[in-house]
Formats: sequence, C-alpha cells, structure tokens
Amino acid sequence: MSRSLNRLAIGLLILMVALLVQLTRIQVLQAEELNAMPGNQRTLLTEYSRQRGPILVDSAPIARSVATDGSLRYLREYPAGPQFASATGFYSIVFGATGLERTENEVLSGEDPRLFVDRMQQLFAGRDVVGGSVTTTLNAQAQLAAWNGLSGKTGSVVAIEPDTGRILAQVQSPSFDPGLLSTHDSKEVNDYYAELEADEDKPLLNRPLAKTNPPGSTFKVVTAAAALESGRFTPDSVLPGPATYTLPGTDVELPNWTGQACGPGGSDEVTLAEALAISCNTAFAWLGVELGDDALRDQAEAFGFEESFETPQKAAASRFPADPDESQTAQSAIGQFDVRATTLQMAMVVAAIGNQGTTMRPGIVDEISAPDLSPLETFRPQDFADAMSPEHAAELTDMMVGVVQTGTGSSARIPGVQVAGKTGTAQTSRDRPSIAWFVAFAPAANPEVAVAVAVEDAGTNEVSGNQLAGPIAREVMRAVLAS
Amino acid sequence: MSAAVVPGTLPEPMAPQQPTRRGAELALLIIVWLVGSLAIVLGTLGAADEIPGDVWTVIGITGTAMLGIHLVIRWLAPYADPIMLPAASALNLLGIAMIARLDVAAAQRAQRAGNEPPGSDALDQAIWMVVGVLACAVVLFVVRNHRNLRRYTYIWGLLGLVLLLLPMVPGLGLTIRGATLWIQVGPFTFQPAELAKVVLTIFFASYLVQTRESLALVRRKVLGLGVPRGRDLGPILVAWLLALGIMFIQTDLGTAVMLFGLFVGLLYVATGRRSWIVLGAGLTVLGGLLAYQFFGHVQVRVKVWLDPFAYANDEGYQIVQALYGFASGGTTGTGWGRGYPQLVPFAESDFIFAALGEEIGMVGAFAVIVLFAILIQRALRTAQASRDAFGTLLTTGYAIILGLQAFVVLGGVTKLIPHTGLTTPFMSAGGSSLLANWIILGILLRVSDHVRRPDPVIVRADDATTEVVAAP
Repeated sequence: MSRSLNRLAIGLLILMVALLVQLTRIQVLQAEELNAMPGNQRTLLTEYSRQRGPILVDSAPIARSVATDGSLRYLREYPAGPQFASATGFYSIVFGATGLERTENEVLSGEDPRLFVDRMQQLFAGRDVVGGSVTTTLNAQAQLAAWNGLSGKTGSVVAIEPDTGRILAQVQSPSFDPGLLSTHDSKEVNDYYAELEADEDKPLLNRPLAKTNPPGSTFKVVTAAAALESGRFTPDSVLPGPATYTLPGTDVELPNWTGQACGPGGSDEVTLAEALAISCNTAFAWLGVELGDDALRDQAEAFGFEESFETPQKAAASRFPADPDESQTAQSAIGQFDVRATTLQMAMVVAAIGNQGTTMRPGIVDEISAPDLSPLETFRPQDFADAMSPEHAAELTDMMVGVVQTGTGSSARIPGVQVAGKTGTAQTSRDRPSIAWFVAFAPAANPEVAVAVAVEDAGTNEVSGNQLAGPIAREVMRAVLAS
Repeated sequence: MSAAVVPGTLPEPMAPQQPTRRGAELALLIIVWLVGSLAIVLGTLGAADEIPGDVWTVIGITGTAMLGIHLVIRWLAPYADPIMLPAASALNLLGIAMIARLDVAAAQRAQRAGNEPPGSDALDQAIWMVVGVLACAVVLFVVRNHRNLRRYTYIWGLLGLVLLLLPMVPGLGLTIRGATLWIQVGPFTFQPAELAKVVLTIFFASYLVQTRESLALVRRKVLGLGVPRGRDLGPILVAWLLALGIMFIQTDLGTAVMLFGLFVGLLYVATGRRSWIVLGAGLTVLGGLLAYQFFGHVQVRVKVWLDPFAYANDEGYQIVQALYGFASGGTTGTGWGRGYPQLVPFAESDFIFAALGEEIGMVGAFAVIVLFAILIQRALRTAQASRDAFGTLLTTGYAIILGLQAFVVLGGVTKLIPHTGLTTPFMSAGGSSLLANWIILGILLRVSDHVRRPDPVIVRADDATTEVVAAP
C-alpha cells in the first residue's frame, strides 16, 4: 500500500498546490482587473470608507468629505457650489472623478506612496485612514470676481501670476454643482447629469482649459511680438493701414472693423503701436504676410501654442495653422482662419509679456500636504520658453498700455494702476454670435496678475471685447491687486 | 488474508523511550490560541471600533476547550500526533474570528435598518467547538483501539446510508436554498451527510480490508490494464450509483463528489491498482455528463463557473462577490475588519474562505491551505506508519475526505472548479460540520497514538481478521 499511498499523497498535494496557484491568479495577477470591474462596489466602498482629503483655497475647503450614517461612510461636499467646478471637478459614484478630484486622487484618497507612513500610523492607532490635502493656487477674491463677472454669460476666465505661472482664477460659465453629482443617491446623480448633458450651453465643458476659440484680435499681440522679435520692426515702424486689405492671391477684401483707414486723420499709414491700440486689421494682416507664417507659428509656440499643458488638469493644445497660404496667413495674423486658443493659453501669452518675455508653465496645485498638514510638495515655478527678449517685452507692454489708455481697451482702466491689455472679437461663422475677448495684465511695469476673458455669446461688434470682457478682466485684476 | 504483509506498512523499530511530544502540542496550542484570540479581537475591533462583550466569552470558551482536549489526550492518547490538534484548532479559531467579525457587520446592518441585532454566531460556533471537542474526547474514551471499529462493518455502512437518506424523511427533512440536506428536530437543524462521511469512511476502510485481495489479484488484461472481474466491480458501481442518487435527489453535488472520490481513492490505496483510478475517473466523467444532461442545477453551476460575470446579478452574484473580495484583499489583505466580506452571501459558512482571503489576503489564505495540507500530511503519515491495514485505510480515508472537501469548497469559492455547496472543514459556521470534523480528528488521534506507542500492541487471537504479523 505504500506506493499507492505515496501517489495518493502527491495527488492531494497537487490539489492543494492548484488552490495556491488559483489564489495567486485572482489575488495578484487578476486583482487589478477585478478591482476595476464596473459592478464592483468594494472598490467604491473602500474609497468612501476613508475621509478623503480636502481641496483648499487659502485654508478654506472648496471640496471636503463629511461623515454620513450610510454604508458609504463619507460624503463629498463642495461648499461654494458651482463656483470652483472647473478646478475641482466632481467625485461621483456613478461617473467617477474629474478635475483635481481625479488628477490628485492619490493624495486625496491617501493612496499616495508618500502617505504610506501616515497610513500605517493611522492603521495601528486604529483610526480611519485620512487622505492628504491639496491647496490650490487660486485666489478666492479673483475667483469670485471672475464668477460674478461671468454670471449669466457663456464664457471663461483664467488669471495667472505672470512670474510663476500660478493660476489665480479659473472659472467657467455656465457651470454645474459638483455636490449634486457627488451625492450617494445614484438616481439623483444620473438625473442631474442627464440634465447637464441635455443643456445646449454645455455646463460640463471645462471651458477655461478644454474649449478652444478663435482668439481674434487678441492674437495681434502675438503678431506684434513676432514683429518686434524679428528685429525688422519697432513700435514706431510705419505700416500700411488702409480701410481694406486685399487678401493675397484672392480678390477678397479684408476690412477694418471701423470700415475706415487706421492712420491719424484717415491716412493709410499707421505706426505699429497705434495699429495695436486701435486694433487695425489691415496693418496686422499685412504685417503677418510680411513676417511669414513660420515666424508667427514660432512666436505662438514660444507662448505655448501646440502644447498640451497639465496644470495637472489636462488642457487642450492651442493651434496655429500648419501650412497656410498667404491669404490664410494674413487672416491668421489677426487671430482668424484656423487659429484656435484656450482661455488659459491667451492668459499665458499676456503673462509671458508681463514676465519680461518668459513663458511659465501654468499650475494650480500650490501645496500637497499630509493629513497632519506637513507639506509633501510645494509649487515650483517652471520656465516653459523665452518667448521674447525683455526689451521687446517692455516695448510690447508699453504698446498694450496704449490699448487701455487711448485705444480700444478703455474698460479695463483701474485708477492709479497702469494696465496693459488687448481686446478681441472673433467670429467663428457669420451667423453665430462672436466671441468677445479681453487679455490684460497689471501693474504694467511689474505685473501681479495676467488675465484672459472670453465671453462666447457676444454680439458681432468689435467693441464687444471692451464692453463685455473688459470689465470682467478689470474686476479680476483689481481683486488680485487688492489682496 | 491473515498472512498479508504489505511492504512498507511495518513500523520503524521504536526507540525504547518514545517521547510523547505532549509538551510540543501544548506549546503549539498556546501559540494558536494567542494568535486566534488576537484575530478575534482585531476582527471585531477593526469592524466596530469596539470589542463586543461576548468576544471575551468566546475567547475563554475556545481556550478552555483546547486545554481540555489537550488534557484528555494526555490521559487517553499520550502518544498521539502532536501537530494535528493545533492545526485543527488553528482552523477552528480562524473560522470563529471571521464569524465574530461578520457578526459585527450583521449587527451594524441591523442597526442601520432599525432592527434588533441578531444573535452572536461566533458564540454559537464556540459552543459547537466545545461540543466537537467533547465528541472528540468521547471517541478517544470509547474507542481505545481503532480496530474495534472493524467489528461493525455493515452496521457502519447501513448507518451511513440512513444518515444520507434522513433528510428525505417527511416531516424531518428541511430544504434550504433548493437542497434537502438538513433535518430539523425542534429548534435544532442538522446536516446528517456530515456524519455520514465519518461512518462511511469506517465502512469503506473495513470493507476493503476484507476484500482488497480479491479486488487486487484477480484480474483480466484488457488493453494493457488489469481489469477487475465483473463481480468485483459491484462495489464501485454501487458507490457510483449512490453518488448519482445523492446528486439527483438531494442536489448535493459536493457530497457526491467527496464520497465517490473517497471510495475510489481507498480502492486504489487498498489494491495498488491504477485501473481503479482509471475506472473511477471514467465513471466520474460519465456521471458528470449524465448530471449535466439531466440536472438543471448542475448546468447552472457550470454556466456560472465558465462566465460568472455574465450572471453577476443573479446566479453568479455570490462567486463574483467572492472574487471581488479576494481581489480587494490582494497579497496582504485589507486587514482584519477593514474589508467588506459581508457582501458575499453566506460568507460565514460556504464562503468563509473568501472572507478570509479578503481580510488577511493571499498570505492568510495560503496559511489556511497550508494548515489543511499539514492535517492531511499528518493523517497520511499515520496511515503510512500504521501497523494494520485497517488503520492505514481509515486514516487515508480521512485524509482524502479532508483533502477533497477542502479542494472542492476552496476551489469552488476561488472559481478553480464549479462551486458546489460544501462546508469548509473546521472553519464554516455550522454545528454538524464542526462536530463531524472533530470526531474525525478524534479517530486520527486514536490511530496515531496507536502507531507511535512504544510497546507493541498485542493482538488478541480472537480478532484474526485484523491480526498483524510482525516482520521476521
């Protein structure tokens, strides 16, 4: 019996080993896949069993978790409602997480490897695991000013600290209430989401970062920068500025928005500085063709076009057309044709001009802290590119001060502060309302804030940039300067 | 028969003073009790932030039971294997720890729903452990020599059949979840199949000791394999039909697989003929195909096994939840009381292994399997060392039962094989299973004590069929 007994022993051993192998498969090899299965409520319950860390502005939470009596033990709340939705995103049992809730999930959930020691301490102390906190770079007053300014409008605002790239304001309108998407009642969440989806103004669209619009005349600062950087032009260079410009190779006439020539007293000749101040289309179209599309594209890319920035929220890349002919180059030089820019991108352009020509990478996370508030990571300014020499940047700044003081950007004036700015009104198509833009920074000499405002349901008049977007830009800048 | 000496079954020459190893057993028991108690405390503390009062009662009861049976062994079976009791106790305590932790979840759920908290299953299980331990002690006391069990060969067989059929007696049987496996007497429910496996093993071992020679020696050659005579095929066919019958009438796939596997395994060990394995495997396949063809519940089990996620909200819910539990536990587990084992229906009984896999992870689940492997190995070692064929077959039978039952139920909850309802030996909540397994442990301890006892046991002459002839 000994031999058959040995064989039987081996047979039983094989059965046990088969169990070990199967356990390894489901607990290690397939675990990730199983944890990610859509119907797996364990993953959700684990996530909601921890107190997720807050997202803060200064030290006030804009997203926080509070204990509940339900089986999901913590509820995500957004005390300011829809105001910060563009930055925080939502944290939903049905639709997952978006915005900072998603990009900073590791820290907020406490899964971040840097929180390992904290996690172990909490575990051994028998306390619930608590997530780390994320402090944003947002400025509460600037955010509120932008939010109030966009109230009732469709559009977006981004404000940046020029010398660091810190995002001070990031607002979309219309917005949504992330709290209503983060309740534990999946029917409520689904209903609200369906309502948002059905809204033709797309409140779920993260306009500041994800929506690209034709920048219109605000792009003239990029063309002007290229002109100064080329060495062939100074602010005083005289350009042809007739009432209309015939697009090269076509018989299409490009008019000025006034319908008149740009020069003083109706003359056809205008300086570069004056052309910018009054937003002269014909002079800038001519200038674009003169510089060529490569020079314009290089300048645009030095300001950040064609790059998809992560703030760490992923922003859409802004575009300059790849291979335009001369007529298309002329239109591109005034921010039409296929030029597309996010609001973030236009804020970066003016921030770079204010920052002596250096483009900074934008960022919205100021500090990541452990649950005991000890910092794990703090914001580090990062250069992206030298877009202009400091001299040319100073010249362009002076030209933009002219826009606000004597030109089209009068609405952005702030008593006692020199403001540099540029208006824009971009048409996407003839029958759709145009987009009113305002880009600015202040104080001009040593700016603390650069801002871009895009209002999408504007009229068709060039002055709409000044009328609709300008005051919002002014209030945001005042809020930053006052704080 | 009386002159049959099978090589290798003879004991090694014993040292004059064979150590009893009771000290080692006590040391292991203390470690098991400390670790088990810690698990019970951590599980309830982790789930509730407080320790329910009856936890200390449970810990006290289990400690007393373990110490008690240790003392009984010192008295009645001083040379018994020192590893078996600690291994079985460890499994029992791990089970109680998880049941106590699931009690907390059930109490919380009741509180949320505004209901009265349910009674403590852990306390019940600890009391059943005491009952099991007492039964184990009674076995050691009554069965002073395991060969005495051989006297009642056919009575054991009959008793096994009666126990299997008991749930079908009108007014006594109780159907739970479509399977008629329980009997109800007053407030008590009992699963007689658990006891049936204990007595049927005695029957099989006893029967095969009598018939193994003719089964092993008289054969015809067919296709290179020695095939038994038609008349010798009778027993295996009866066992096979019995298994199909259980499957058909009681829809109890697990018990059928276990009993048939037990019989085939014992046939193989008794005769040393591989043809029994081939025949058994063939009949298993045939039985499986028949079952699949004719029994709806078997088709459902297979269908769910092949793609549980397609039935995640109905028939596959339990196994899918178990898989999620295993996955969320990962390598080291969520920690005691930190997972959601209560999401798996019947986590405290059939699926207790999934609950453990979730909270103590792959490492803990491995430990459980290793504990089973140790128990099986100690039983087989005893079988190997037994001086009489009956002792060998009896302990082998229990090793097969433990191994197959562990494999069928653990393989079922890990989706290695289709899930069939069986309890996890020593772990699942439920008195019948625990009682039966402690009785098995008692018999294993008795045989191992006999094997390691230094003075040769003198075989009484009137018991000729069990006589063991010493080697020259």
